[in-house]
Amino acid sequence: MESVLTVENLSISFTQYVKGLEKRELTVISELDLDLKKGEIVAIVGSSGSGKSLLAHAILGILPENATVEGKITYKGEELTEQRKKELRGKEICLIPQSVNYTDPLMKVGKFVQLSVSESKEEAKKRQRKVFEEYGLSKEVDDMYPFQLSGGMIRRVLVSTAAIADSQVIIADEPTPGLDEKALNETLKLFTDLRDKGCSIIMITHDIQAALKIADRIAIFYAGSTLEIANREDFCGNGEHLRHPYTKALWMALPENGFHTLTGSQPSPLQLPKGCLFSDRCHHCDEHCHVKRPDLESVHSGKVRCVKATIIHEHAHEHDGIIHTHKHVHNEGEEEHVS
Amino acid sequence: MSISVENTQLKAAKKSGNLRRKTIITIFLCIGVLAFVTIAGTMVSHNDLITDFTSKNLAPSMSHLFGTDWLGRDMLLRTLKGLSMSIYIGIFACFLGMIIATVLGLASATMGKHVDSVITFVVDLFLSVPHLLVIIIICVAVGGGLTGVVIGIAATHWTSMTRIIRAEVKQILTSEYVHVARQMGKSRTYIAAKHIFPHIFPQLLIGFISTFPHALLHEASITFLGFGLSPHEPAIGIILSESMKYLAAGYWWLAVLPGLALLIIVVLFDVLGDNIDKLINPKSMHR
Amino acid sequence: MYLKAKDITFKYGNKKILDKVNFEIETGQRIGIVAPSGFGKTTFARIIAGYEKGYSGTVETDAQRQEGYNPVQLMFQHPERAVNPKWNMERTVNESWQPPKELYDEMGIKDEWLKRYPNELSGGEIQRFCVIRALNPKTKFLIADEMTTMLDAITTAQIWNVVIKRAERGDIGLLVISHEKSMLDYVCTKVVDLSVINKYSK
Repeated sequence: MESVLTVENLSISFTQYVKGLEKRELTVISELDLDLKKGEIVAIVGSSGSGKSLLAHAILGILPENATVEGKITYKGEELTEQRKKELRGKEICLIPQSVNYTDPLMKVGKFVQLSVSESKEEAKKRQRKVFEEYGLSKEVDDMYPFQLSGGMIRRVLVSTAAIADSQVIIADEPTPGLDEKALNETLKLFTDLRDKGCSIIMITHDIQAALKIADRIAIFYAGSTLEIANREDFCGNGEHLRHPYTKALWMALPENGFHTLTGSQPSPLQLPKGCLFSDRCHHCDEHCHVKRPDLESVHSGKVRCVKATIIHEHAHEHDGIIHTHKHVHNEGEEEHVS
Repeated sequence: MSISVENTQLKAAKKSGNLRRKTIITIFLCIGVLAFVTIAGTMVSHNDLITDFTSKNLAPSMSHLFGTDWLGRDMLLRTLKGLSMSIYIGIFACFLGMIIATVLGLASATMGKHVDSVITFVVDLFLSVPHLLVIIIICVAVGGGLTGVVIGIAATHWTSMTRIIRAEVKQILTSEYVHVARQMGKSRTYIAAKHIFPHIFPQLLIGFISTFPHALLHEASITFLGFGLSPHEPAIGIILSESMKYLAAGYWWLAVLPGLALLIIVVLFDVLGDNIDKLINPKSMHR
Repeated sequence: MYLKAKDITFKYGNKKILDKVNFEIETGQRIGIVAPSGFGKTTFARIIAGYEKGYSGTVETDAQRQEGYNPVQLMFQHPERAVNPKWNMERTVNESWQPPKELYDEMGIKDEWLKRYPNELSGGEIQRFCVIRALNPKTKFLIADEMTTMLDAITTAQIWNVVIKRAERGDIGLLVISHEKSMLDYVCTKVVDLSVINKYSK
């Protein structure tokens, strides 16, 4: 299938003042790759500080002034220059922000959505009404202000800005945290519906469970780089099908899989290791891993940045590379739901 | 690989320049000039300004850069003295204004709804009347002179700062870290000193410097209009109003040069405020 | 020690959010609270942690306030809002107490983070400090309102494992509010549905 959007070898750095006059260049994203095919949902999963939101900002061209971007972003076969980003932003490429805070509190939501239409005012009004209809937002909602709407309605309003602009690529920034199960499923359905209409969606999240519910492929971000691009089916069992030790650790840290933790923490952009970014926490690590950053290579219909991926993949059953720091006895009998 | 990366980084850093260095240099230059004017003006004694009819109404020259007036006094020295006086008055008045703003802003944010609405009303009242009018009224009421000018300026230059402090304090008080501190049993004074004051201090500093030019101009204009300092004082407003009479006689330097000097001082303060703001404001601090 | 909430009723304007909610927890217990959005979970947490006034009913505990320190401490969803941006992390934690180095290690905190400011750390890193701050020995009950919702799976597991250990030792009672059922099932020994014990139902 053709790729709609590809990101190759992207790096983003910021200039900062450290103390007084000393200026430093902080590289927060390096060697980042991603591709998005037509009609698919790719989830970008990473902890805070892994650079996942910055990627979105780079694609939309809304990074702050002290940022420098290198690498190549291609949209529909053509390079996405800053000029083109400006033209496509909010139209073909659209961001669905995380919260209400991104809507204008003094603008009626109907009008807010109409802004995404470049044609005449009447046309905008007509299309906005039609889209709201599709999302089950009644006529009264047009004239309401954001604070008058419930969380679920706000989310539908935000999604309709993307739907009305006929966006080809939608980037959803953390669409799920804090939602109860019903709201979560509702929100995720909004995205799967958009996908079924042919949209390509990048879902940025730290919540691997939410990602697994709808994403076709999952890109794992760590310390500003892509460590693995896996298929949804790979996340099963004890993670035998996963290629990178970090992805495995992430999977095994889910409560369903035993809440296993991992010592150490994501390296800061100030002190990135020379070799593999995960080397200081990895149990498969040896001298080969410290030589240089591994390339992103194809392994079993996915991609991984690990020199030992193939070996690990084969010996997956022997050792999972994770320490069990806390033996927690879970007593099923004590559980009681009053529902 | 790593070498080439460093090279591009270096290039990028060079291209954007070190804006913070520029900012800091500008700040020091401004402070330097202002301090020089203030100190030089203070050192001008009465003896330097005695009447000397042998050298009256001289146009600017090397020996009298700003020329001399109808009493033969050196205009450069008069201007310096006048400017330094204006700066002192400005500092004092602004300082008073900031104290008023801090007290009222804090009271408005912390002392409940009634106090808040009264203070907000007073702020709106002061903002809706032209400054100059208020200053004139106060000056006339106090009886003119130094006290009148200082009180008048202080009384008109606290309103916007009060609003800023009120908003800032309100926001900090509802922040989660203040709630946490309260649940740890920390006292009100502890929270005010450790959590609130460090946040409003930079605001006060910027507020102080940016209201300064206004204060200066108001002081000069009120004195120029005759409601402010008495004609015996070597104030810049007095110099300007006196020299109006001699403009028709062709003694242009009496008004133009002191006026320009005042303008430069005002602009310097403006630049100073902008640059300090640039340094403190998180939006621009890393450029 | 116990923490008891009796007949808690709370109105927001004319809207009743909580109606005669009764709840009890003891140190050593780990209780989860679930309910769909809008059922007053957060309000309930804020009431028993002493953040909210204007409710009727009583909150009782036999845990003593020491030097004003509330033995019931609340943890928030957004760690970056719960710390003063102008304070480094060491000062932030020390506002509460001086934790032993082992606790920092257990939480996976590196020494150099102590001198950093909140804008130099990620949300997950800041939340670890917030948990340590709240694990002051004077704390007898920890109310975690969506404490790990914004964090990645590994950090989530790391934080909970530390907190669970304190509860198992009997140091604290743990009340966990979250939408994540699988996490609650793991962390808590008992899960209560607030929409059931809350007499007011929509």
